[in-house]
Amino acid sequence: MKKEYADIIHRCFRCGWCKLPLNFKDFNCPSYLKYRFESFSSGGRLWLIRAWMNGEIQTSERFAKILFSCVTCKNCVEACAMPKIRQYLVDMVIAAREDMVEQGVIPPGVRDYLKAVSISGNAYKMPQEQRAIWADGLDIPLYSGQEYLFYVGDVGSYDEVGKKMARSVAMLLKKADISFGILASDEITDGNEVKTLGEAGLFEQIASQNIEKFKGLGVRKIITLSPHAFNSMKNEYPKLGGNFDVYHYTQVLNAAIKDISMAEVDLKVTYHDPCYLGRWNNEYWAPRSVLRSVPGLELVEMDRNMQNALCCGGGGGNFFTDILGTGPDSSSRVRVKEAIDTGASVLAVACPICYRMLSDAVKAEGLEDRIEVRDIADIVNDAVAV
Amino acid sequence: MDRIFERLSDIVGSDYVSNAAEERFIYSRDPGVQRPHEPDYVVLPNTTEEVQKIVLLANEEKIPVVPLGGGLVLSGLSIPLKGGIVLDMKRMNRIIEVNEKSHYAVVEAGTAMGMLSAYLAKHYPTLKNSLPDAPPVATVAGNVMIHGSGHLSQSEGGFHSEMVTGLEVVLPTGKVVKLGSCSTVPYWFSRAPLPDLAGLFLGWNGTTGIITKVGIKLYPRPLLNDGLMFLTEDVDTVPDIMFRIVNTEMCEDLTFFITPKPAMFEGFQMTIISITANSDKEMRLKKEIIRDTLKDYYESKEAGFVPIPKEMKAFLLEAPQKNLSAFADVRKGGGFEYVGAIIPVEKIPDAYRAGLEISARNGITYSLGGRMIGRGHSFMFYFAYPFNRADEDDMNRVRQALDDTNHAALKMGGIPWKAEVSGQQLILKQMWPATYEFMQEIRGLLDPNGIMNPGNWEVNP
Ligand SMILES: Cc1cc2nc3c(=O)[nH]c(=O)nc-3n(C[C@H](O)[C@H](O)[C@H](O)COP(=O)(O)OP(=O)(O)OC[C@H]3O[C@@H](n4cnc5c(N)ncnc54)[C@H](O)[C@@H]3O)c2cc1C
Ligand code: SF4
Ligand code: SF4
Repeated sequence: MKKEYADIIHRCFRCGWCKLPLNFKDFNCPSYLKYRFESFSSGGRLWLIRAWMNGEIQTSERFAKILFSCVTCKNCVEACAMPKIRQYLVDMVIAAREDMVEQGVIPPGVRDYLKAVSISGNAYKMPQEQRAIWADGLDIPLYSGQEYLFYVGDVGSYDEVGKKMARSVAMLLKKADISFGILASDEITDGNEVKTLGEAGLFEQIASQNIEKFKGLGVRKIITLSPHAFNSMKNEYPKLGGNFDVYHYTQVLNAAIKDISMAEVDLKVTYHDPCYLGRWNNEYWAPRSVLRSVPGLELVEMDRNMQNALCCGGGGGNFFTDILGTGPDSSSRVRVKEAIDTGASVLAVACPICYRMLSDAVKAEGLEDRIEVRDIADIVNDAVAV
Repeated sequence: MDRIFERLSDIVGSDYVSNAAEERFIYSRDPGVQRPHEPDYVVLPNTTEEVQKIVLLANEEKIPVVPLGGGLVLSGLSIPLKGGIVLDMKRMNRIIEVNEKSHYAVVEAGTAMGMLSAYLAKHYPTLKNSLPDAPPVATVAGNVMIHGSGHLSQSEGGFHSEMVTGLEVVLPTGKVVKLGSCSTVPYWFSRAPLPDLAGLFLGWNGTTGIITKVGIKLYPRPLLNDGLMFLTEDVDTVPDIMFRIVNTEMCEDLTFFITPKPAMFEGFQMTIISITANSDKEMRLKKEIIRDTLKDYYESKEAGFVPIPKEMKAFLLEAPQKNLSAFADVRKGGGFEYVGAIIPVEKIPDAYRAGLEISARNGITYSLGGRMIGRGHSFMFYFAYPFNRADEDDMNRVRQALDDTNHAALKMGGIPWKAEVSGQQLILKQMWPATYEFMQEIRGLLDPNGIMNPGNWEVNP
């Protein structure tokens, strides 16, 4: 482990503030919520990592599960009682994963994901040519010097709800007269999950490949569909020489929405903050502001919102590796019940991973007739279409 | 597969039992300096019936059962000294009932103190529970079990164990009993007017049974809170200052601290007076009454009120106080442990001097302070020593300081609270012999196989 982390990991007190959000509403660490053993809480995990580094526990399947079930949601970073170490909590977990990856002992789900990405350029092992199926019939140009590159990413390209979301966003960007193009089959994964799963080398390779491509095409501004790509391109790519103006689509929409005319809707909506937009990048207002600008839309908050939001459970690679698994205590299922408590009929999302996780959770809970998961762009599109 | 493991899995489901090295490691230790000892199994029950079945199995197999709440007591009281089963109670965290008019809540044992307070803030905004300054994941049962105290201990009910209105307990033999009014009527309003059996469990560190439900008193939540800080250089005046403030009956919480850092505080004793009110007028009046009662002190310039810096006020009035947990990192070491001694109020100066002397002798730093319990009925004085978890010598120095402090507390007429096993032995050695015998007789009757948290409250563990 990097010395800077090895030198501070003993400073976790295992006091457990990190299990809860700042308002103490309920357990807010998805891996602890699901497994309930102290070992799956932030503090427990850090103590085990330290014990593993000191040779007090050995590499095992159980330890790997503990390590990789962290969804990197950063609730712990927000809630930790130690101001001087809290910003490094997730970095320490990722650093331990890097050590594990280096040793070659990783859970099969993680291995399969990393293999798929390195061989196929995407997590779905799908042909690159099928990347832009989502755009069929929308008449979206390939990127060739437009103001923005619209980077769609793996989930937006291959997942059914992801594709729906990519369409909604693209349609809205068009309605807002924003000049953009896509990479289509030239697009490859952004690498955010590769990094959080501990494959630092592969991440660098992917990021460098993307940076080179973007630079080659003269890209200066990027709109991402996913907060995960937003995070890596905004915060990690610059370290590798990729300096672009990176925006999440809700930020671009927020700036453009005043020029879009919309009809009145009758909708009560609650918004789920994606961790990689909220806690990772401090963007809580743009999505809310877009929703608020829809006439007639009533925005209600869940008890856990903004810094306190409960992760959908799909972060840190778990969307692909499914180490966190399902069940009544999985955070996506807990989250949709929290959304129901607000009385909203729509649970708005701004991330394709959240979209899939929460849609599945609504089905698992049998709540389809009470709440619908919808992407923000889709909600706005409907108001525009009316 | 291990027979006991299989039977435990049948009871709680295989997802909630572990005998893996990882869980045995984590549940062998707590955040303090007590030495680790591994459990054989960690089990996470979800219902009273499951707890009951686990206890029956443990009796059959004659293996220890150690209940665990938040695991935050710091003095190792849930370390399974003789192995066996650690019963992590935190899945049992449902808030069963709030009786608004009769001011109580009934919760499952593993309910986090912070979660109860968040629940009340949302659903019963006029009510609150007394919160310890422990991290908010401390459980209600774990806290009342060790006679915890908190923000309403001065103004309302004394120790949190005194705020208990009823209990549901799984006895060491597997019988489930209800104690207090809930044993007779469907309400959990009080332990009176029945024979009070709760004392057979509270303070016993889980050696006489496993609490599965707790009825706990709630109190009004005034709209405003504010604070005053009174500073003195002469520690001998502190008991009188406290006495006067308490007697005004104008403050909610009354605490006191001494810290060598930041330097501007060195050599001073700070008394923090938390005040609540429902209007600005009431707040002004309460402050005025408290100021008046200390007039001769500040007029003689022996002591005085000092403005509380805004940032400091925010954390002083926070419940629980996060910065108390952050004390673990003052020396970049990730830990602290404290002796919280329950002492007569007049012994505050002795405790202060002992704390300074012990920390100097052991070459460690400290934070000293405490909280008034009841209307001046006793004082919880903490002697907190931070340590570096990565430095065994440092941890040994703190172990020594804690031992020295236990001796000093007893000598001055106090009793170490939630004492570690060695502290418990010191207490028992000083206890009236017939009382100790009586304790052991009760324990023998309740727990014939000696399975409950063995090693605790024993002269010779
Ligand atoms: C920073 C800090 C500040 C603190 N401030 C305070 C304070 O202001 N006031 C205060 O009172 N305490 C304080 N504490 C001490 C301690 O954290 C609390 O008292 C806490 O509430 C203990 O509860 P727990 O759930 O963590 O108990 P645990 O440590 O889990 O257990 C305590 C004891 O109770 C037993 N037990 C737990 N649950 C059950 C059950 N269901 N049935 C039977 N036995 C059980 C255990 O076996 C153990 O012997 C503080 C601690 C820290 C770290
Ligand atoms: S991560 Fe922070 S809040 Fe969590 S246990 Fe460690 S020190 Fe405490
Ligand atoms: S990042 Fe999220 S899942 Fe990981 S330890 Fe922190 S709170 Fe838990």
